[in-house]
Amino acid sequence: MNYEISLITTMAIAVMFALSLNLITGFCGQISLGHATFQGIGAYAAAMLGKAGWPFLATLPVSMVLAGLLGVIVGLASLRVRADFLAITTMGVGFLFVGIVRQQESLGGELGVSSIPDHGLGRVGFMALALLMCAGIAALSVYIKRSWMGRVFNGIAEDEDTMRVLGIDVPRYKLAAFAMGTSLAGLSGAFYTYHLTFIGAESFGFVESITVLSMVVFGGIGSVPGVIIAAALLSVLPAWFQVIGDYKLLVYGGLLFVMMRFSPGGMAGLAARFFPTTPLVKGGKP
Amino acid sequence: MNHPTSNTPLLQVNGVTVRFGGLTAVDDVSFDVHQGDLLGLIGPNGAGKTTMMRAIIGVVQPTVGSVFLGGESLNGLPIHKRIQKGMSLSQQLVRPLRDMSIQENVALAAASDKTISPLRAFLNVSTDRELAVAQTELARVGIVSMASQSPSIQPLGVLKRLELARALALKPRLLLLDEPLAGLNSQEARALATTIAEINQQGLTIVLIEHNLGEVMRICQRLVVLDNGKKIGDGDPRVVMADPVVRAAYLGGDALGASEAQGHSTLETQRA
Repeated sequence: MNYEISLITTMAIAVMFALSLNLITGFCGQISLGHATFQGIGAYAAAMLGKAGWPFLATLPVSMVLAGLLGVIVGLASLRVRADFLAITTMGVGFLFVGIVRQQESLGGELGVSSIPDHGLGRVGFMALALLMCAGIAALSVYIKRSWMGRVFNGIAEDEDTMRVLGIDVPRYKLAAFAMGTSLAGLSGAFYTYHLTFIGAESFGFVESITVLSMVVFGGIGSVPGVIIAAALLSVLPAWFQVIGDYKLLVYGGLLFVMMRFSPGGMAGLAARFFPTTPLVKGGKP
Repeated sequence: MNHPTSNTPLLQVNGVTVRFGGLTAVDDVSFDVHQGDLLGLIGPNGAGKTTMMRAIIGVVQPTVGSVFLGGESLNGLPIHKRIQKGMSLSQQLVRPLRDMSIQENVALAAASDKTISPLRAFLNVSTDRELAVAQTELARVGIVSMASQSPSIQPLGVLKRLELARALALKPRLLLLDEPLAGLNSQEARALATTIAEINQQGLTIVLIEHNLGEVMRICQRLVVLDNGKKIGDGDPRVVMADPVVRAAYLGGDALGASEAQGHSTLETQRA
């Protein structure tokens, strides 16, 4: 039973993480290649605070705020320029994060941070809270999609020049998406820390960023149910099939390529093609 | 509609010069647009019309000079701020958002007060009012029967009208139209030009960039003519087009442009 609880918790954390990127990449069309950095910020914040004696629940808001803050800084530096600039900047920030953390003895350096205290919720309680957070983020995503914010995001993803001519403050909307997405990534990071009770800088590197991006693309960029299913599935595959764990980058990179080439709409797009009336991808549209 | 105080022009273009490196695209151009005007901004290819329009809407910033809307300087303001101040632009290249219906496209423009900030957009869900506005504007431009269809399958004539409806849904004080008739056949062009004239008669101030001189002469009350970035004519369409300098600019252009312009001019002479 412990194994199943742990597996579900892993899935829930991956779903939180993927949904947070979905706000940025799926809804607003901004490609981030360094999303794991923001999960890492949240994870390290929770780890350091936890070891300093903070209770688990109190580390959550701090993790979110710190990750969101860094997100806003990175966003301000890159969102005013062309869209592909964000991809490059976030990738750079990702390498910078791993590089810096590994050199900091106070952050555990190469060895990472271990013996993180217990969250005190019990295994089932922790799992339930993680699932609750997933449900919350999913509900938020569905709500955003239905609101005017979602419609503007959608427009920016398709054609930002036209949105400008419609009087939309495009950089501000992108920044809003980035702030929400990165702070939720920070939240997933705090759960990650307390779930594994050990973290290292490598856990938030480029491979993880590509992994989460492939979850979003595989599920169907922008589709909330699609991304949930894809993240849940892809997060447990390495545990079930050793070979996927060994060739992670190859598998996820290949998946990204295949989906972009043959079904840019992801699994949600495929489902819509085969079952034109499926409510899966229509979610939210009036 | 917002009426500025009686004597202030709605739009003032004041000594605007736009240089790209060594090229002067617009050279010290000034003109006013008054409330209720339907002004034609014309000139041969490469005259600087589109650059002028871009300087007004904020895609490019003038190297020298200023643009005022209702007496208020627009210098340095980004596009979306200018739109929020009451301008709207119907673009030459029609770019509807493809994954929503025609009506939803227009509704997005009609929601400008809800989408002014991300927070306000986040807090607003209802689309009833915007869809109703979209319906009205689509009726105004004559494509209300296509409201629920996808823009992807529409002919250019419908898309040009969709672009116009979207610009109208922003409830502008000043409407800028960049070659709305381009690519339409003569029948479609005539019908859309008539629609534009009607919208102007309902009180909206319009600046129209257009190559189709026949329609421009038919509907515009005033012309501003640019050539090589300079203003060479400004005033009553017939008087302006009778000016030898303006005629020379049209006839002296490249062979293709010249013959085309000549055709139009002959037409106009006949009509006059």
